Amino acid sequence: MNHLQSNPMILFNNVCKNFGKLKALDDINLELNAGKSYALVGPNGSGKTTLIKSLLGLVVPTTGEILFDKKSIANDWKYRKKIGYMPQIGRYPDNMTIGQLVDMMKNIRGDEDHEKVDEELIDAFKLYKIYEKRMHTLSGGTRQKVSAALAFLFNAPVLILDEPTAGLDPVSVEILKEKILHEKRRGKLLLISSHILNDLEELATEVVYIFEGKVHFNNTIESLKMETNEKRLGKAIATFIRQKELLASINQ
Amino acid sequence: MTRVIKYIFYDILRTRFILLYTVFLLVSTFAMFQLDSDTGKVVLSLLNIILIVVPLISVVFTTIHFYNSYEFIELMLAQPVNRSVIFLGEYLSVAISLCSACLVGIGVPALLFGADERAITLLFTGVTLTLVFVSLAFLASVLTRDKAKAIGIALLFWFYFSLIYDGLLLWVVFSFSDYPLEKVTLALIALNPVDLARIIMLLKLDIAALMGYTGAFYKDFFGSHAGIIFSTSILVIWIIVPLMAASRIFSKKDL
Repeated sequence: MNHLQSNPMILFNNVCKNFGKLKALDDINLELNAGKSYALVGPNGSGKTTLIKSLLGLVVPTTGEILFDKKSIANDWKYRKKIGYMPQIGRYPDNMTIGQLVDMMKNIRGDEDHEKVDEELIDAFKLYKIYEKRMHTLSGGTRQKVSAALAFLFNAPVLILDEPTAGLDPVSVEILKEKILHEKRRGKLLLISSHILNDLEELATEVVYIFEGKVHFNNTIESLKMETNEKRLGKAIATFIRQKELLASINQ
Repeated sequence: MTRVIKYIFYDILRTRFILLYTVFLLVSTFAMFQLDSDTGKVVLSLLNIILIVVPLISVVFTTIHFYNSYEFIELMLAQPVNRSVIFLGEYLSVAISLCSACLVGIGVPALLFGADERAITLLFTGVTLTLVFVSLAFLASVLTRDKAKAIGIALLFWFYFSLIYDGLLLWVVFSFSDYPLEKVTLALIALNPVDLARIIMLLKLDIAALMGYTGAFYKDFFGSHAGIIFSTSILVIWIIVPLMAASRIFSKKDL
């Protein structure tokens, strides 16, 4: 088991990203292993989205490198075959129908093989019924469902979900959570960013806390709770931040 | 990539903007043909519309479309696909939709009222100008992260090539009128796609004589086969160079 641990699926090596003077990512070192699910937490503007975007190759790090399956992702795009991504804001061309969108994504993926495609979420969300609807007629929640269905469609071994449950109705949240847990049990690597800590507690086993572009905590949720003597993740993180601040003020 | 182009093209065709643009061109072309029976005069009046309106609509629509699709482009780029494929797909779908608006809007009335070589040249200039300004607008869009700034830069391109450049050219010709300037102005005209399109059209209409000695010189140069090939290839360069530059910037850009 141990040699698997030393071969992380995704590895951030001293990754920095500056936007002008702003340090969005500040010397990130992070290991993400297959079969685990990570909760990515941190306040607004802490660098969560930049971290996700740099992993997807949408943002190019100023220095440092990101390895996916031991290969650098710089100037590569094939590694993204193994990633399913659900964006925070799903905005689609106004006049495109859901059916066209799904067809187009299959085409971009080059995955015309229907056996491989996982349409469970399309079924569960009953998107088949509204395949002919145009994107601009859909509510924010329905668009979110489409984003989720697209992320899970290609059976990718790595799933990156940016605020997956925000804006969904309770029934759909349960369907999505069930699907996420199902994929987790199948041994996929999950990276979930969210502010809804109750959801994360159910879905993730590890927690990565980032603040001002730095990783401040990366371990299991259990160990965070032990460390802080709290029973709930939300409280544990709050206590953790307070302890950090206290330490920082003592050091000053 | 074909399906990417197909669906984005379908999407754009259904936007009100493109429909209104097509209707506007249809109505004005019809009106011009109704007002005058001489195709030459009609083409000349339409030329003035095309030289101003087509570049303007192309730059504004392209930049707005690019920034409205920003999140969707992001999602497409998160898929296993090369960035230049998505970029080229976006360019082609925007270019094809604007060109077809131009072809339908001007081409259909021209066909109804009897198209001749002059009308076809007019269509050709319309399509080429569309392609040039869509390229320039994509360049403006990838140069900045801000939608308002991008539209500003794109409008500046239009303003510069449609209005400012002519003023500068006139000033140069006027100040150095003591020198033989034919070859210099020829070179200077190649630096402006709108002028290039205008000259091609004027020479086809056989009214270059209105431009005096210079006109005769241009006719001598542009009227020949070599001249037409020369001006068309310069216009093609005007399409390709900004597009290549934009594609290069886009493939390294942070989204």
